[in-house]
Amino acid sequence: MTGAQAAPPLTKTLKFIGAHGRALVIGVPMWWLIVFFLIPFAVVAKISFSEAVIARPPYTSLIEWTGEGAMLLKLNFSNYAYLIEDSLYILAYWSSIKVAFFSTVATLIVAYPMAYYIARAPERRRNVLLMLIILPFWTSFLLRVYAWIGILKGNGIVNNILLSLGITSEPIVMLQTNFAVYVGIVYTYLPFMILPLFTNLVKLDNDLLEASSDLGARPMATFFKITLPLSIPGMIAGSMLVFIPVIGEFVIPALLGGPDTLMIGKVLWSEFFSNRDWPVASAVAIVMLVLLVIPIMLLRNAQAASAEGSS
Amino acid sequence: MKKLLSMTALLALAISPVLAAEKVLHVYNWSDYIAEDTIEKFTAETGIEVTYDVYDSNEVLEAKMLAGSSGYDVVTPSADFMNRQIAAGVYVKLDKSKLPNLKNMDAGLMKQAAVFDPDNAHAVVYMWGTTGIGYNTKAIAERLGDSAPTDSWDLVFDPAIAAKLADCGISFLDAPTELLAAAMNYVGLDPRSTKKADLEKGAELLTAVRPHIRYFHSSQYISDLANGDICVSVGWSGDIFQARDRAGEADKGVEVSYVIPKEGATQWFDMLAIPVDSKNKDAAHAYINFMMDAQITANNTNYVWYANANRASMPMVEEEIKEDPGIFPPLDVQAKLWSAQVYNKRTDRVMTRLWTKIQTGK
Repeated sequence: MTGAQAAPPLTKTLKFIGAHGRALVIGVPMWWLIVFFLIPFAVVAKISFSEAVIARPPYTSLIEWTGEGAMLLKLNFSNYAYLIEDSLYILAYWSSIKVAFFSTVATLIVAYPMAYYIARAPERRRNVLLMLIILPFWTSFLLRVYAWIGILKGNGIVNNILLSLGITSEPIVMLQTNFAVYVGIVYTYLPFMILPLFTNLVKLDNDLLEASSDLGARPMATFFKITLPLSIPGMIAGSMLVFIPVIGEFVIPALLGGPDTLMIGKVLWSEFFSNRDWPVASAVAIVMLVLLVIPIMLLRNAQAASAEGSS
Repeated sequence: MKKLLSMTALLALAISPVLAAEKVLHVYNWSDYIAEDTIEKFTAETGIEVTYDVYDSNEVLEAKMLAGSSGYDVVTPSADFMNRQIAAGVYVKLDKSKLPNLKNMDAGLMKQAAVFDPDNAHAVVYMWGTTGIGYNTKAIAERLGDSAPTDSWDLVFDPAIAAKLADCGISFLDAPTELLAAAMNYVGLDPRSTKKADLEKGAELLTAVRPHIRYFHSSQYISDLANGDICVSVGWSGDIFQARDRAGEADKGVEVSYVIPKEGATQWFDMLAIPVDSKNKDAAHAYINFMMDAQITANNTNYVWYANANRASMPMVEEEIKEDPGIFPPLDVQAKLWSAQVYNKRTDRVMTRLWTKIQTGK
């Protein structure tokens, strides 16, 4: 009896999902992007055109109502002009891009052999190895960066080992340098490079490698002529996952870097917190986004064009 | 599209959190700034549960206050920052009928704080202190001998001396207003000046010693000084006393001292205030009143080594603290202290820009 009663609502639900499935599938990510990307972006863009005042919130409203019911829209472009007037911002963007570039290259160099080894490993061991890559994510990111303070500091692990072995007589200053920032970034972002590389390398057709060696190519030649070119999409995907967040990175340079580590994240922080100038801070953020989006779009177009050309 | 909207609305309804009415007091205070059992005692006495969060910079607190809806009921801004926040309409006027313990407060110190908040209408003094120099006595003696100018800003502002200490590490607070004021005072200018030219002269001095500074940070130096990872810090008095305490506990031969340099130092006040959007204003008043209790204040001072402005608590404050010239400075030293200046937006920008330039050279 109960089963017969329960059936109609269930089939109804299934029918509903069947009829609206498409909307569901497209709707969720679309609304996700609207709510968590487009709306915040619009809010930041709005603030970037206002003026800073001592009030709560600390910026002016763009829209004013006149007595006659007319609406006045005031856009203030001086915040953007300010970013060009003072060379600090351009220098900070440039040095962020530099740091992001070099740490992406370093991450790629470290990640490639690891991903290659995992992809070539027997399937059972592969899962264990992948697990080991993902495992550190179970600890808070902040804690993992803090751990590096203990490793790199003056009387930290590395220096104590070097001193006790007599390799150095004075502790080496590693913390609060750019070196520590690179170490922290490469360590933190390594999995983001390994995983896309792995998914690419694991799909590599063994027949191609066999054919290459049948035709007399040595393993090295096979690697550089077959494996490496075929893994370029994995390298691009991994590099994007590293490069883009590193540009705006704040926590790692703040904890491991020295005072002269100039990155746009820190500039944004001091505009927002020390100057209480939310409009200029927002303009810095918008410019950063534009700087990031343009090269990514160009890269995408290039990729799409090459895909079309080859097919 | 319409279908899509209705679907989303359903989804949104399903995941919206249940908003429960809560009766918890949210306190936002500086890190390491209260005795360990104070909150426990407050809950035992009033039955009010407390969620206690900490910060280490006025700037972070201010950003939260200006954004609004921070969720905090009691916060502890420094008086100079609070002055601007009051202008922005961030704090409520205190209902003094709910604060009977106000009678315990030292009239002279409250009057000094009233420079930033006329009639003490919005806040009461929690603690006060100075921005001076903490140093590792042994490391300094090893490098500079007996002639070390440990009673003077020379220790960190004279490039020749700072150079000798660079290897064991010098740290500055990441607080531009306080460092620039001390630097201006050192080169013979008014530490409270807001003139661009004066600020630039202060920045020049800081730039000259910059190569010898390990880092700029406002809380990390406590443990670093205690562990011997750095040996000189420009820092807040009580923080350095805590470093001294921790060094004593660790017992690894590190000995930390604090000095108010003879040239003078910034004197600051940290205030208890209630944000306008607090949902528990009664409980917040109860908390502030509790913090002015003579015994509770004495416990806090005995624990954090910061001077309070509570006259009634003084008999219960430990002798060692009461007589320490770094905590309760004698009159001749007090005369050399200056209070923090409130800067307008223009000066703020000049200052932050100079600060970035000092740190990064750009």
